[in-house]
Amino acid sequence: MSKKLLSAIIGTALLGLTAHTASATTLESVKAKGFLQCGVNSGLAGFGFPDASGNWSGFDVDYCRAVAAAIFGDPTKVKFTPTTAKERFPALQSGEIDMLARNTTWTISRDTALGFLFRAVNYYDGQGFMVRKSLNVKSALELSGAAVCVQSGTTTELNLADYFKSHNLQYNPVVFEKIEEVNSAYDSGRCDVYTTDQSGLYAVRLTLSKPDDHIILPEIISKEPLGPAVRQGDPQWFNIVSWTHYALVTAEDFGITKANVDEMLKSSNPDIKRFLGEEKDQHIGKDLGLDEKWAYNIIKAVGNYGEVFERNLGSGSQLKIARGLNQLWSKGGLQYAPPIR
Amino acid sequence: MAVNVSEPAGDDRPRSSLLYDPVFRSIIYQVLTAIIFVALIWWFWNNTLENLRRANIASGFGFLNGRAGFDVGQSLIAYTSDSTYLRALYVGFLNTLLVAFTGIVTATIIGFIVGIGRLSHNWLIAKVSQVYVEVFRNIPPLLVIFFWYKGVLAVLPQPRDSIHLPLSVFLNNRGLAFPRPIWGDGAGAIPVAFLVGIVAAILVTKWASARQARTGQPFPSGWTGFGLILGLPILTFLALGSPLSFDYPVAGKFNLSGGSVVGPEFVSLYLALSFYTAAFIAEIVRSGIRSVPKGQTEAAFALGLQSGVTTRKVVVPQALRIIIPPLTSQYLNLTKNSSLAIAIGFSDLVAVGGTILNQSGRAVEIVAIWMAIYLSISLATSLFMNWFNAKMALVER
Repeated sequence: MSKKLLSAIIGTALLGLTAHTASATTLESVKAKGFLQCGVNSGLAGFGFPDASGNWSGFDVDYCRAVAAAIFGDPTKVKFTPTTAKERFPALQSGEIDMLARNTTWTISRDTALGFLFRAVNYYDGQGFMVRKSLNVKSALELSGAAVCVQSGTTTELNLADYFKSHNLQYNPVVFEKIEEVNSAYDSGRCDVYTTDQSGLYAVRLTLSKPDDHIILPEIISKEPLGPAVRQGDPQWFNIVSWTHYALVTAEDFGITKANVDEMLKSSNPDIKRFLGEEKDQHIGKDLGLDEKWAYNIIKAVGNYGEVFERNLGSGSQLKIARGLNQLWSKGGLQYAPPIR
Repeated sequence: MAVNVSEPAGDDRPRSSLLYDPVFRSIIYQVLTAIIFVALIWWFWNNTLENLRRANIASGFGFLNGRAGFDVGQSLIAYTSDSTYLRALYVGFLNTLLVAFTGIVTATIIGFIVGIGRLSHNWLIAKVSQVYVEVFRNIPPLLVIFFWYKGVLAVLPQPRDSIHLPLSVFLNNRGLAFPRPIWGDGAGAIPVAFLVGIVAAILVTKWASARQARTGQPFPSGWTGFGLILGLPILTFLALGSPLSFDYPVAGKFNLSGGSVVGPEFVSLYLALSFYTAAFIAEIVRSGIRSVPKGQTEAAFALGLQSGVTTRKVVVPQALRIIIPPLTSQYLNLTKNSSLAIAIGFSDLVAVGGTILNQSGRAVEIVAIWMAIYLSISLATSLFMNWFNAKMALVER
């Protein structure tokens, strides 16, 4: 008996130590379970928030839907995991989510030490400050001595420390883990200043009890290129997620919209034909691990980049954020997609 | 199982099988358990490292020496964004200790008052105490914290309309601001006088109990000790010519500047944990006192002891034996519940550690540090309480 037991123990121990399961690629596992698990913001208007009946909407949410459409041809095959700033990285590292689309800044340490990969920048942002109008503050340089509300574990928190230090300003950080807590603390007057990415400030201002009592200061103190992130070690998956963004931008470049995409299938322009999978014997989609109709499915589901932007953040939304840096490169912005060929 | 008992002693034939020897078997089982345990730990460790390596996630504790880069709202020690992650963790650790220690002291005081109150013959006091216990022990601690933070402290006025209390103390929704003492030359003698007072009080108590054992004469050693501990530092302070000045809080552009400020995050956490845990301590105290048989009190009265002496020398020492072990659990609970600080943004160990986790991406390391520190604090509390329990235990003469 004890011989059996002993060999069983040693066997189990050795098995556990040596057998590192050869895991399937992310695409295979997503296809196998039948949906995409996407990490989004737990509640930031315009980027990712659930309505009263639990339907998610937002700019990042549409990116998740676009990836789902590229894989399954169906934008509803996606489940959302709401994450706080602190939860988002462990959730992606552990494999709980397949991709992270949560207004997350691309930095070198996130590409290296944290083991992620960013490439597509879906929103060029920068950190700003919001204060009450009644304080009569016109510039961030007048903020010495203020109490500043900030979300923990963000690049915002680090930029804030650096900015105040380099300008020899004093401040008292009031740090919360959840964005809802930061909002309520600022709204109740626990702090004088709210700092986050400027797009976020516009979104937060809408949720305050008296939005018109607050102004956003002109200073932008950092570069915040936001984009979707994936785990390292799966280049195919990385390509799918980043080229989904490039497909959205390319569609806007070509003037393909959700409304006219079916019409565009008949286009004689070889670039558009190739993009929509109408070229003979093409294998762009197959090489990506997807259907040839991948780009068509994306545009059919969510529209092009401009449509996604305007619907969630721009003129079609309450936020009314101007395209600014997020205009197409050909129109003076930074959004530029490599050729799809 | 066949045990061979028929073999005569002194037989030099080998026993049928070592496997049937109970001593050998028990050793084998112990060794096997140890091997399984160690192998399991090793496997977890190895697997974690391997997985981190495969996911290209940096690992190791070296990052603790890196620049933190973020600021912390409340700190007991000097800390800037240029300090290291290790220092930031230390700041969080001290904040946790601070709230645990002050919370334990306050919870014990409130708990004893309410617990004794429940036994009061005064109907009103007994009922008020009962309502207190039933209300606080039946609400989750997180809600008690929110009650203090959002219900009580958040409705305080803005800094510009601070409530002005006597002695330059200001109360507003940024916390409680009070004058910060600045000690002058020679002030170092005051804590020395305090220590001397404690030592003298201990000596007086020892001398008094020895004298009482010898002659039967009581001596008010409690009051004498109290006078020594408080009086000596005060005398020293006066003799040095009052070397003390204050930095008063004054209205700044946004907040009060100068003075010391206790933030509403700390205050709500401290009050919530104290009031919550006090409800449990009250029940422990009540059950402890109830457990002392009435005959003990009656016997003490029969011997001619006064009511106060009976309580102090007869009832409380016996009740403490019942009270201390469950009290230890409540102290540990309070310490661990302090991690709920994260909900209201108090920079305790979990909040600061969480920020570091996110900025550096070292999830496994930070979680390991958290567990190690909470375990250490809890074990230290347990050790102290076990020592106290042993001291209070029945000593048979």
